Amino acid sequence: MLVHIFINGEKRKVHCQPDAMLLEVLRDAGCKSVKCGCDTTNCGLCTVWLDGKPVLSCSVPAARVNERQVTTLEGIQDEAEAFGKYLVGEGAEQCGFCSPGLIMNVVAMKKELDHPTDDEIRHYLEGNLCRCTGYMGQMRAIRQYVDEEVEA
Amino acid sequence: MFTIREYAMPETLDEAYTILKSRKGNQILGGCAWLRLGKKRINIAVDLTKCGLDYIREGDEQIEIGAMTSYRSVETSDILKQYFNGVVADSVSSIIGTQFRNTVTVGGSVYGRFGFSDFLTPLLTLDTSVVLYKKGSIPLETFMMMPYEKEIIEKIVIKKDGRQSSYQMFRNSRGDFPILNLAASRTKEGQWIVTVGARGPKAVRAEQTAAFLSEKLPQNAATGETVEAVIKEAGEILVSEVTFTSNMRASAEYRSILSKVLLGKAVREVMAC
Repeated sequence: MLVHIFINGEKRKVHCQPDAMLLEVLRDAGCKSVKCGCDTTNCGLCTVWLDGKPVLSCSVPAARVNERQVTTLEGIQDEAEAFGKYLVGEGAEQCGFCSPGLIMNVVAMKKELDHPTDDEIRHYLEGNLCRCTGYMGQMRAIRQYVDEEVEA
Repeated sequence: MFTIREYAMPETLDEAYTILKSRKGNQILGGCAWLRLGKKRINIAVDLTKCGLDYIREGDEQIEIGAMTSYRSVETSDILKQYFNGVVADSVSSIIGTQFRNTVTVGGSVYGRFGFSDFLTPLLTLDTSVVLYKKGSIPLETFMMMPYEKEIIEKIVIKKDGRQSSYQMFRNSRGDFPILNLAASRTKEGQWIVTVGARGPKAVRAEQTAAFLSEKLPQNAATGETVEAVIKEAGEILVSEVTFTSNMRASAEYRSILSKVLLGKAVREVMAC
C-alpha cells in the first residue's frame, strides 16, 4: 500500500505492507537513528514524535500515520546537540544505543512540562530503558539541560 | 507474528461497522500496543483514527471519553482530575512510559478487558457505561461479562454523581504491570463499591465487602478505632469472596494478603475525602 508521511517536514511516498510498523518504514527511509530494541513497546529506543507527541514507533502501524507529521532525531539536530553536550559532559553514555530514543523523549518533555521536578522527569522518562548507565549521569545531564533552558 | 491483509481508515462509524462486518477476520484496531505480541491473522484492519473519537467532554451530568482517546490524554485531563478524587487520571499514570500512554487507547483497553488493567478497576467503582455503536449503552460491569463480539466502542460515559473513590495498586517496579490493584468508592448516599483487579483473571466487584462497608461506614462519623476494626473485618470478607490466582508475578496467597492492605488504604483515603 502507498502511504504519504511527512518525515522531518518532508513529504515522502512510502510503499509498505499493511502490517508494517512505523519503525521499519522509518529505517527503510534512511532514519537510522530510530533503533529497534525490545520491539514490544517496553524499552523506548524507537521513540519518535507523531504530530509532536512522543510515541513508540514499533507499535504504530505505518498506515495510521498517513498524511501526518513524524519527527525523528535527524529532524531535531540543534536540540539534540544542545542536550547531547550535557550527556557527554556527565559521561552519561556507554554503548549509546538508547540515546536517540532518550533524546527524543527529553526534548519532548522540555516542550510539554514547565520547570519539571526530578520526580516529574523520572515519571516522564520511565519508558526509556538503559542497561548501561544506571541513569544517574543521565539525570544530572537532564537537570542541567532543563535548568539552562529555564535560565536562558 | 501477526499479519494484516488490508488496512482501512474509514471516516464514519457507519463505514467502519460495514467494513468490520463484511468479512470474517476483519478487526478494529485500538492502540496496537499488544498487536506485536500476538499471532492474529487480520483480514481487514479497521483503524478508527479518522472517526472523531479522540475527546474528553464534560456535560452537566456526565463525562464522555471517546474510544480513540489516549491514556496520556486521560492522565493529563483537567476534567478527570476534578472528579472522583482523580482516580481515573491517576490509574493510568504508572503504565510503562509516556510514549506508550500516547499510543494506547481507551477503547482498545476496555474492549480487551485485560486482567492486568489499571484502567478498568477504578472505572468499575463508578457509574460507568460503555457505548457501543449498534447495541447502545451498556453498564461496564455487564460489558465485562459479555463475550468478545464484532462491535465498535464509541465512548465510555461516567456519571458525575459526586462519589469519592480511591485507587490502590502494587507493582514490583514502576512502569511494570500491577501484581494487584483495588479500587473503592462511596456514593453520597453511603453505598460502597469495591473492585479488585490484576488478581489473575479480569477485575471483579466484591459485593459482600461493599455491602459490609455500606452498613458499617455509610458516613464519616465513625471513630478511628471503629474504622480500623471495620477495615480488618472487611478484609476477611474480601479474601473469602474474591478468587486470586498465581502467576510469574505473584502467588495467589501473596495477592490475597496484599488485597487486605490495599483495601485498608482505599477505605481510609475515601473516608478522608
